[in-house]
Amino acid sequence: MSAFKGKYHDELIANAAYIGTPGKGILAADESTGTIGKRLSSINVENVEENRRALRELLFTTPGALKYLSGVILFEETLYQKTAAGQPFVELLKENGVLPGIKVDKGTVVLAGTNGETTTQGLDGLAQRCQKYYEAGARFAKWRAVLNIGVTEPSQLSINENANGLARYAIICQENGLVPIVEPEILVDGSHDIEKCADVTERVLAACYKALNDHHVLLEGTLLKPNMVTPGSEAPKVAPEVIAEHTVRALQRTMPPAVPAVVFLSGGQSEEEATVNLNAMNKLKGKKPWTLSFSFGRALQSSTLKAWGGKPENVAKAQAAFLARAKANSEATLGIYKGDAKLGEGASESLHVKGYKY
Amino acid sequence: MACTSFTKLNAASSQWIGQQPFTQRHGSSATRRVSVPIRAKAYTDELVQTAKSIASPGHGILAIDESNATCGKRLASIGLDNTETNRQAYRQLLLTTPGLGEYISGAILFEETLYQSTTDGKKFVDCLRAEKIVPGIKVDKGLVPLPGSNNESWCQGLDGLASRSAEYYKQGARFAKWRTVVSIPCGPSALAVKEAAWGLARYAAISQDNGLVPIVEPEILLDGDHPIERTLEVAEKVWSEVFYYLAENNVLFEGILLKPSMVTPGAEHKEKASPQTIAQYTLTMLKRRVPPAVPGIMFLSGGQSEAEATLNLNAMNQSPNPWHVSFSYARALQNSVLKTWQGRPESIEAAQRALLVRAKANSLAQLGKYSAEGENEEAKKGMFVKGYTY
Repeated sequence: MSAFKGKYHDELIANAAYIGTPGKGILAADESTGTIGKRLSSINVENVEENRRALRELLFTTPGALKYLSGVILFEETLYQKTAAGQPFVELLKENGVLPGIKVDKGTVVLAGTNGETTTQGLDGLAQRCQKYYEAGARFAKWRAVLNIGVTEPSQLSINENANGLARYAIICQENGLVPIVEPEILVDGSHDIEKCADVTERVLAACYKALNDHHVLLEGTLLKPNMVTPGSEAPKVAPEVIAEHTVRALQRTMPPAVPAVVFLSGGQSEEEATVNLNAMNKLKGKKPWTLSFSFGRALQSSTLKAWGGKPENVAKAQAAFLARAKANSEATLGIYKGDAKLGEGASESLHVKGYKY
Repeated sequence: MACTSFTKLNAASSQWIGQQPFTQRHGSSATRRVSVPIRAKAYTDELVQTAKSIASPGHGILAIDESNATCGKRLASIGLDNTETNRQAYRQLLLTTPGLGEYISGAILFEETLYQSTTDGKKFVDCLRAEKIVPGIKVDKGLVPLPGSNNESWCQGLDGLASRSAEYYKQGARFAKWRTVVSIPCGPSALAVKEAAWGLARYAAISQDNGLVPIVEPEILLDGDHPIERTLEVAEKVWSEVFYYLAENNVLFEGILLKPSMVTPGAEHKEKASPQTIAQYTLTMLKRRVPPAVPGIMFLSGGQSEAEATLNLNAMNQSPNPWHVSFSYARALQNSVLKTWQGRPESIEAAQRALLVRAKANSLAQLGKYSAEGENEEAKKGMFVKGYTY
């Protein structure tokens, strides 16, 4: 069979294309309970359900912000939460033209016999969970595979295993009405140069698309969430235009035009860096038959969190910070960002954490 | 002596002729991975430039690389003997057509032709250069039975390919072509698909190493009674394998061209498909499999009539594509020419005009501006031959 044609065929294509609407992107608010706990503790807020709910409400009710978003990725708990006034989050999002998405992977585990490389878990019972999430209002899903660059990494085993996992996840999602975001993150950790990152990214993406094709995934109903092609975290920095060229070239060499959009991860870049790099890509001339947009977590929320500090009286200030980043990234998808977003405190701060565990 | 004066090509690479391509090795520790530049090799710039110039708007490829045996069949169809003189006369007719370069950007030659000249002593490669047509060369050594398969074939030609390619480059060739086939009635078996894809990938890497832009041609034969959906399925599988192995072989995608078959129903399928349907299925396949880095897709005609091949190409160019979508036609450009020539010297000019008519029609089709009005009956005759061997 060529591409899988199940009952959600047309809907998947329409939703994937919608997420890739120029001027819009994704807010990744799917931090697991453990991870969101780290965020909250960094601003001295207790990791309880009410605080987690309050943070997400702060983001989703920011006046004027939702028009810059085509999707929000949620953690399972959040999918079932409501605003303080009692409106389910998914309803609020949908009313404002934002598709709810859901993180469906169950984290990484180490691949025995490798030098600490990992694979991602979550395939068992995935079909049933996807059905449940679809019923709850989710329309896209996300699964994060992680690879790293080292002397002998990524190994062929890691590439094959992660690509295969992504492909199995993707087809199961499509069978159950969710657009799969395919995320093979190559960590920025290391002292390698940008050429090395480009080489590895191209290899990994080639393997991913081979696996997706072998598994009959409908490419028009998927999205890609790759890392940008950059030097390693311990290597000298380069200009945004250089990042843009290497990244776009890597995609030109690997991504079939059938895929409607790329939604980049920020992977530890500061808020401003991530926006400026995305902007440079959209200004670049050349063949780009897919939308280049964002799916940022830290790079959309960092200054918002700092401004909030967990205090109700700071909500307006925090929302202003979030709106500024959302608008800036929206402009970056159109290549018109002028670098003039009012920088919230910490907007230029690197968000890289070595050996970061999600 | 290498042709260094193609105005459209970057001649700086001539300094590399005769030298080994280099790879940098920093030490030989078993655990240390060599970090090689991303697919950058000696001829990178030139390959990219050559591919771009072949894939230019309103242009396509004239394929005249029939082996001697196959050329013999063409000549026999108009009552001519298969002699070197006749082959030379026929290719001369084609390659000296005035104004051919307005529609044709590349010509694929058979080895014999690469070294031939006109009766006046002008080298064929120079005739092409004068029209800004890039000379190409068929480098495969034909199809042979694939053991362990379901009566399928594989393509030979890797042995000594590097040195042959280097020689062809010196003679003036700047692109190469290798044709392997996949048969839907025979499966195709996973083995046959893998072999086809791997052979193409090896050939492509070797070609690029020696300055030739590889045209990647896995022809999915028209034979069979299967519907268009089945062709789509097989084409997606084949191209998925091809691109994966090309990547594994570190082939520079900006320096290749593709020569696919269009996605159509099998020749013996009960329903014919319209040009719009063929365009829709073919473009769907291309969008699902061809990364935008590839500059040009030059379709083979594979037994379609001259008019069909042009109409289908035209239908594919009704809106912008992320790659140049064009033609690399042999029978679909030569059929009327042969019939007009009949081997008569007095008919040469008329035959050359016939070539220009077809070339112009396909040039317009590449631009999406072709109209079938005025096409003659000959152009509409199908050229499908069941079980056709090249």
